[in-house]
Amino acid sequence: MNWTSVGITGLAATLVIGAIVTGERVITRQDRTDRVTVIYWEKWTGSEGEEMRKVVDAFNASQDRIFVKYLSISGIDSKTRLAIAGGNPPDVAGIWGDQVVQFADAKALTDLTELSKVKGLDESYYIPAYWDGYVYKDKVWAMPSTPAAIALHARPDLLPPEAATPEKFPKTFEELDALVEKISVQGPNGSLKLAGFLPSNPGWWNWAWGYYFGGQLLTGDKVTIDTPENLRAFRWIAKYTKKFGSKEVQSFQGGFGNFASPQDPFMSGKVAAEQNGVWKANYINVYKPGLDWFAVPMPYPADRPDLKGRSNLSQDVLCIPRGAKNVKEAFEFISFVQKQEVMEGLCSAHGKNSPLAKVSEKFFDTHPNKYIRLFDQLARSPGAFNIPKVGVFPQISNEMNVAFQEVNSEQKTPERALADAQKRADIIWSTYQKQVLEK
Amino acid sequence: MKKDLRIGLLFAMPWILGFLIFLAYPVLASLYYSFTNFSILREPSYVGIDNYAELTSDTVFHQALINTLIYAVGAVPLSTVVAIGLAMLLNSKVKGMSYYRTIFFLPSLVPMVALGTLFLWIFNGDYGLLNEGIRAAGLEPPNWLGDPAWSKSTLMLISMWGCGQAMVIYLAGLQNVPVSLYEAADLDGAKLGRKIWNVTLPMLSPVILFNVVMGIIGALQVFAVPYVMFPGGAPARSTYFIASYLFDNAFQYQRMGYASAVGWVMFIITLLLTMLALKISDRHVHYETE
Repeated sequence: MNWTSVGITGLAATLVIGAIVTGERVITRQDRTDRVTVIYWEKWTGSEGEEMRKVVDAFNASQDRIFVKYLSISGIDSKTRLAIAGGNPPDVAGIWGDQVVQFADAKALTDLTELSKVKGLDESYYIPAYWDGYVYKDKVWAMPSTPAAIALHARPDLLPPEAATPEKFPKTFEELDALVEKISVQGPNGSLKLAGFLPSNPGWWNWAWGYYFGGQLLTGDKVTIDTPENLRAFRWIAKYTKKFGSKEVQSFQGGFGNFASPQDPFMSGKVAAEQNGVWKANYINVYKPGLDWFAVPMPYPADRPDLKGRSNLSQDVLCIPRGAKNVKEAFEFISFVQKQEVMEGLCSAHGKNSPLAKVSEKFFDTHPNKYIRLFDQLARSPGAFNIPKVGVFPQISNEMNVAFQEVNSEQKTPERALADAQKRADIIWSTYQKQVLEK
Repeated sequence: MKKDLRIGLLFAMPWILGFLIFLAYPVLASLYYSFTNFSILREPSYVGIDNYAELTSDTVFHQALINTLIYAVGAVPLSTVVAIGLAMLLNSKVKGMSYYRTIFFLPSLVPMVALGTLFLWIFNGDYGLLNEGIRAAGLEPPNWLGDPAWSKSTLMLISMWGCGQAMVIYLAGLQNVPVSLYEAADLDGAKLGRKIWNVTLPMLSPVILFNVVMGIIGALQVFAVPYVMFPGGAPARSTYFIASYLFDNAFQYQRMGYASAVGWVMFIITLLLTMLALKISDRHVHYETE
């Protein structure tokens, strides 16, 4: 061993440590020295990711000042948060709409109010219910990439003639229950062969059932889970478990395949009707082309006709994280995505409806979902609703999921399950108010 | 001597730096954060023992803790028995034994996420391989993934898949058992069961202790497979474990301070259980040098 080899070792160690510390910054910035590079992280992969890449390419080709570098990132919410905390966030992040409030409360987003105003991207440019999802505490925090609305999907081949068209299909929960009773098939040992409808399928919006019965999860400044309306919804859910049997439902659902596969329960004919989003048509076109289906608005309670046309909305949004290096250039890209022809192209490719107030006839005529006009109407309906604007929505949604599963597996009564969820939510909300909102 | 020390330290420096930066600092930082309100995106603010006090009344934490302990109580003995059994089988003198050993070890190399996905298919209630077999035997199979009464048992069964690592260590331990002890037992007329009970297990006891302690630590940290197979700890939080709760608080709910407190409580529980195992082992573990 001599000092030369010691020196080389020391140098190598310094290089390794230096690369760890500075490497990420060196590698991800400035791909094009002649343009400002905007780093864009998006959660989409597969065909959805490719469609967004086409939009990025179109933007890059449309001008010669900004270059958007598009990266498909898994776990985008946590990675974006960590990148913000590390002081090196992307310039644009494609997060889920239900995270906007949480991110805004954490001061993780750039206020887009002025930037959007300058570009004319205001309330009048969007469908009101969608616009509502970008605004929190009177400030604009995000802009849409693609939105969605929810409806009831049904298979006419599994329905009796008197219910096999959108016009004849049940309009109220009571009528739906009667239809389910009539068409569901159980074997001699009680095992389910066909379910007319199951509230637990696909189980993605367990938080929203109360809204279809006139309830809500946030009333003023209070989380309201155990209200009579929400309780009514959960009693309705419990009726299905009782009707079919808890074990039978669990066993039946245990055999459901992935929604993005031909084994999906709707596509494979295990359920005749299910709640699902506007994107369902895209999956049907891929995995079960030629399947006959139709979409109708979700039912309403017979004694509450005012709840007709309710639909829970969701959307993917683009935001600029706090600490982004190129805010103006990032918003240039975001506003490019908001152009009617760009937005319609992207939404059509994703099988979604458009969030824009103005929609072209071409969009409706060429859209892969034959019921796209229905989804557009549902989004514009006064009954359309977003997730509650509360930063603890992920926790509240979890509590609602647990309550749903407890009722669905007959572990608890609806009253008990919701009371427990309310108790938990109250603690979570008051802790959040104290620690994050500093109330 | 001093020069040797300097050069030695220089060569060890990459590891020492790595240890200090990536292990020692985060561990100490997490202890500090456990006494703060910290959301990653804001400066931590000191809250004293509030996070720990909240844990005492947090029903989800209690449920996750109970789930984790039940899982450990089920998975650790099950994996131990299976690993010892396999090691004994693979210790026999049969032609091609090295191939068998490789085959039985290979499953433990499968990545956890791939394992979770694989078992989603095997345990599928309707067309899963396991239930097909149970039905073929004329029995009514359970809903492994959807029934809260069965979900933890499903994970315990899956834990056996990774017992190859422990099996290899048991195998090495078995090969160190002196043949003279078995010969002496033979002379005394001991049958197979007696030889296992009076010779193999006592001689293997230090290895069993090591594997059980490692198994307890691993079981208390179970995360990847339930995360893939049972999102959100479904059904009804029956598979919601401490590590899942820690992850959700840190990365979903932005409560890094609270998650740090969860981590430290878990560390203390792990430490206590390990000490308990070592204490119990005083009476039952036989060291050859004693």
